[in-house]
Amino acid sequence: MSGELAVSGLGKSYRRYARPWHRLCEWAAGGRLVWHETFWALRGITFSVASGESVGIIGLNGAGKSTLLKILTGTTQPTEGQVQLGGRVAALLELGMGFHPDFSGRQNVMMAGQLMGLPVREIARLMPEIEAFAEIGEYIDQPIRTYSTGMGVRLAFSVATAARPEVLIVDETLSVGDAYFQHKCIRRIKEFQEAGTTILFVSHDPTAVKTLCGRALLLDGGRLIQDGPPDLVLDHYNALIAKREANQEILQAEAASGRMTTRSGTFEARIAAIDLLDADGRPARAFTVGERARIRARVEFTSAVVAPTVGILIRDRVGNDVFGTNSFHVAPIEGTYEPGEEMTVDFDIQLNLGVGSYTLTAAVHSDATHLASNYDWWDKVIGFRVLPGPEPPFVGSAWLPVRLRVERHARMVTSGQGGGGERA
Amino acid sequence: MKVGGRLKALWEYRGFVLGMVARDFRGRYLGSALGASWAVLNPLAQILIYTLIFSQVMQARLPNTRDPLAYSLYLCAGLLTWNYFVEVLLRSQTVFLDQANLLKKVSFPRVTLPSYVFLSASVNFSIIWALFLALLLVTGRWPGWALVALVPLLLIQQVLAVGLGLILGVTNVFFRDVAQAVGVGLQFWFWLTPIVYPVSAVPEVVRNLMAWNPLYPLVASYQSVIVEHRWPVWSDLWPVCVMATVIVGVSETVFRHLAGPMVDEL
Repeated sequence: MSGELAVSGLGKSYRRYARPWHRLCEWAAGGRLVWHETFWALRGITFSVASGESVGIIGLNGAGKSTLLKILTGTTQPTEGQVQLGGRVAALLELGMGFHPDFSGRQNVMMAGQLMGLPVREIARLMPEIEAFAEIGEYIDQPIRTYSTGMGVRLAFSVATAARPEVLIVDETLSVGDAYFQHKCIRRIKEFQEAGTTILFVSHDPTAVKTLCGRALLLDGGRLIQDGPPDLVLDHYNALIAKREANQEILQAEAASGRMTTRSGTFEARIAAIDLLDADGRPARAFTVGERARIRARVEFTSAVVAPTVGILIRDRVGNDVFGTNSFHVAPIEGTYEPGEEMTVDFDIQLNLGVGSYTLTAAVHSDATHLASNYDWWDKVIGFRVLPGPEPPFVGSAWLPVRLRVERHARMVTSGQGGGGERA
Repeated sequence: MKVGGRLKALWEYRGFVLGMVARDFRGRYLGSALGASWAVLNPLAQILIYTLIFSQVMQARLPNTRDPLAYSLYLCAGLLTWNYFVEVLLRSQTVFLDQANLLKKVSFPRVTLPSYVFLSASVNFSIIWALFLALLLVTGRWPGWALVALVPLLLIQQVLAVGLGLILGVTNVFFRDVAQAVGVGLQFWFWLTPIVYPVSAVPEVVRNLMAWNPLYPLVASYQSVIVEHRWPVWSDLWPVCVMATVIVGVSETVFRHLAGPMVDEL
């Protein structure tokens, strides 16, 4: 057993019941009744870690990091998928679990060790080392309640790391007291690393991930969205934070000031609502370059309308048209809509736009353009922003996916072939 | 995990289970000057109250006996074992909630928790029962060989208590109403079991009802061993054996299916 880790198709869902007795009814019905909402905290996670590798796990709050760790440590069971672990897993997530304040340090060490699954004889053998590492001296035989916070944490860390695990999970929020002991702890983790322990490091701190890990995983919304070198993944992570902030900012500004827009038309058909959604269907106003988005228009009819056309137009900051299309060109809407009827139209697009601010305009009209008969033209309904994503830096208002191929030609034709290479 | 795997895990974690039992016992008397003597003083007081008060002060007598202590012994035989049953039941029922923090944060075999609760209750029972047996010896009422019958009797009771406790403990995590319902149910159960009154005191109708009470044949057997020094009527114990087996089977299924999801509810 040497600490490989393989996770495939891992998912964890939780059931939400509006009332406790809803579950009772479900149980009583023996599965013929579904009365809960399923909430996926984690889904479709697949990755593997080689023995001795150090991998950082990053993600915003609620991204699913803790759920993943809980599954890996075995405290919770996955709803779907598999985890294969080669060896003993130790987790430095919350130290001092199972410590009882009224018992002595030594007694608590025995208990904590047994809780980790270590045999009594093994703990007894490790005891001198645990004592020495914790540096709490005579206090080892005093009740834990007489300890300072630092002493308790030191002892807990010493037990947790007394035996080298094959897989070690470290939470960055772990506080182990003063700077001196912190260094000691990091040294111990590095020793494990050198001895071949696989390390999973959960962190928000980019520099810590870069120094400790050779690879990073980025979780967002319960999904593994990137797996690669820490530099690249951290850039993506920073973009994610920037995106979320921009999103909040624009949505808040929108809510505060209302939409400053102009509208014109006969209103035989009327745009009741326009929304800009992200890939998960949540309202969004900030996207990364190349991200998928959904523009949803809800149209109400006040008169009978034959074959209406719904259109969208994206303009840049200074008002230049960047991209526009309508249903007439993409997929014509047929039939007659009666007064009182409603329809919803979704435009799924990939925002291959340059970094910057944009506005969205929507319209309902007849035929190919709004010139024939314009029911409702809603100018600049929504503003949104495009932020840099994981792609290499570029300038301009469009992102054109690019591949680079370099071929080197030797100057002397007679000297034979030159070197060549390809980069994506 | 199958039963075998669970038993293996339990064996590997025996140190933890015993540690929890010891911690439970010591934790109760920690910081008290008399320490573990309280573990004896407390049940001693209980036994003395039952014996002295009922036999001397209240002059309670069992029908058809002249022995002034007979009623007290009758009461102790039923009540001490009933208390043991209830302690296992009630503590199993809350053990997962009590140890929620540990269950959520640390990965260890969950079966260790009901096991430690059972052992801990057994330690308490052993102390009080040993005192009670000492009292029988001192007062010259030692039942002799019939005492051996206690081994299978207690075994059946333990199986019943552990199985029922496990079912209640797991379901209580999902529906906290279970604990409330059990509180009410136990009161009825107690008074529907002839512990403080002789079975002859109840009308025929109620006695027929008691045939469905799995604890009735057990309690009656304890009483016959302790008071009359007679071996139990083994044939009366078949229904409770079957019931205990069924309950253990159900508890096994419940535990296998719900022990995992249970942690998500804590």
